Amino acid sequence: MKKTKKNNRLTDKKRTAVAAYLFISPFFILFAIFGLFPMLFSFYLSFFRWDGLDPMTFNGLNNFRFIFSDPIFYSSIKNTFLIGLLGTLPQILVSMVIAFALNSTLIRFRNVFRTLIFLPYITSIVAVAIIFGLVFNNQPFGFANYILSLFDVGPIRWGAEYWPVKFAIATMVFWRWVGYNTIIFLAGMQSIPRELYEAAKIDGATIMQQLRLITLPMLKPIVMFVVFTATIGSLQLFTEPLIFLGRGFREEGITVVAYLWRDAFVYNTFGTASAAAIVLFVIIISLTALNLGISSLIGRTKKSKVS
Amino acid sequence: MSTREVGEGKFSIKKFFVYVVLVGGSLVSLFPFYYMFIMATRLNREINSVPPPFTPGTNLVENFQKVTDNIDFFGAMWNSLFVSASITFGTLFLCSLAGYAFAKLEFKGKNIFFGLILVTMMVPPQLGLIPQYYIITELNWLNDFRAIIVPGLINAFGIFWMRQYINEGVPYEIVEAAKIDGCSNFRIYWNVVVPMILPAFATLGIIVFMHVWNDFLWPLVVLRDPAVHTLQVALRALNDSRQMDYGMIMSGTFWATVPLIFVFLMFNRLFIQSLSEGAVK
Repeated sequence: MKKTKKNNRLTDKKRTAVAAYLFISPFFILFAIFGLFPMLFSFYLSFFRWDGLDPMTFNGLNNFRFIFSDPIFYSSIKNTFLIGLLGTLPQILVSMVIAFALNSTLIRFRNVFRTLIFLPYITSIVAVAIIFGLVFNNQPFGFANYILSLFDVGPIRWGAEYWPVKFAIATMVFWRWVGYNTIIFLAGMQSIPRELYEAAKIDGATIMQQLRLITLPMLKPIVMFVVFTATIGSLQLFTEPLIFLGRGFREEGITVVAYLWRDAFVYNTFGTASAAAIVLFVIIISLTALNLGISSLIGRTKKSKVS
Repeated sequence: MSTREVGEGKFSIKKFFVYVVLVGGSLVSLFPFYYMFIMATRLNREINSVPPPFTPGTNLVENFQKVTDNIDFFGAMWNSLFVSASITFGTLFLCSLAGYAFAKLEFKGKNIFFGLILVTMMVPPQLGLIPQYYIITELNWLNDFRAIIVPGLINAFGIFWMRQYINEGVPYEIVEAAKIDGCSNFRIYWNVVVPMILPAFATLGIIVFMHVWNDFLWPLVVLRDPAVHTLQVALRALNDSRQMDYGMIMSGTFWATVPLIFVFLMFNRLFIQSLSEGAVK
């Protein structure tokens, strides 16, 4: 486009607006095709019977009836929550402790420690699941079973028993994400002004008091962020059980995303898979709303305290 | 800095405790890597014995040869590289362009559009998985890299990030001056804004690249043919192969992980900084 002197401010403004719409349009076009439409179509598809090839036939609420009468579907929801809890709760506590240690001014080699602790996060989930699949092998030669055998505990069938399956998958989640959360907490801790600690020290506050009265309250938004992302992430667990248990999964280790993936791409029942996706969506939205509610509540009490 | 938060003096219980936590954490972080390396250098029958080996063996090369017999390892690596690089460059371009519009251009409905972008971040990606697959089959993009690359260009977080950076990093006067000189909006973006936001490209680029490189579920769904497998999908195929040769499987995993570790160690600080910035913002 050539610019001529004749253009007054109005057309200039217009041209800027046109350019701006042009610049932001790729996102909205792509999102409409690959985000919004599939989302809406999922709702549509959940009322149809479809094998991916033949024409879709209307199926009413039967898909929902089917998954809600399938004990494995309930297991998948329960597993998702149990593994999520086992994997994320200790993870958040441990990463906070490590971040606190990393933030200490006493230590040397801070960057070396930080790098090492962060290293698992760059590993792909597939690789993590393969490595831990051998660590938690059912046979006596697996690392976990070998260590247990030193204490005279017999080989555990990690890939087949109720709690061991969940523990093994939760360990994969834990190992990969601790470093990431540590870095987030550390960044949060470093953004707390040092003067606060100095003032507290002058007032004679002990370290535990500093931790309780300064570090934790100031970290609240970061903690909320970490809890939120960890919750959403664990609801989407899929790769670990697939690699660890194979594409049949097992009732002990199947997750919701695994359930819907298996329905769609192993059994070719896209209708029930969509119904499962809708249920997952409802769960995620409810938890998100809960989280937003809690954080706005906390934010409000904090503000009222300050004023 | 001389201020101290935890403990005082040259040696203290607290200092000791801090080191115990850090050394313990580092060892737990490192052990699986070491374990993977050992197994990648051992024969399957050594791995299957009790006690299992804890020192490196001599079969590093042999195991990797078995990997390349089973999967097209370098082909998969190239596919991963191609897909990750395409999405990274495409995302950086589109996100910075949109971020520039939101940061420096005036247009109607700006806040509404920006709000919409933030809302899309809330939508769980699995919800649309099946219809997405349907769209890809309709487009005839099954086993085609476009199936990964085109949807991969959607990045609400990237637009948000770029808007923040351009808001803070590019002064209004410079944009105005360029406008008075008669530059079109795209020229301003290309010649003025882009050179000023290169650091943001580096940080966002690292995040995007790593995400795409490690992505698994979507490539698994749309890349069925082994010739188009990305590294993660190929590793899964290796893990599922009939003969449970752990030495071979670990070798494939090891060599798939090593390049990323090198890249990480090279850009270590930038990497950690970009991730923590992303969260704190």
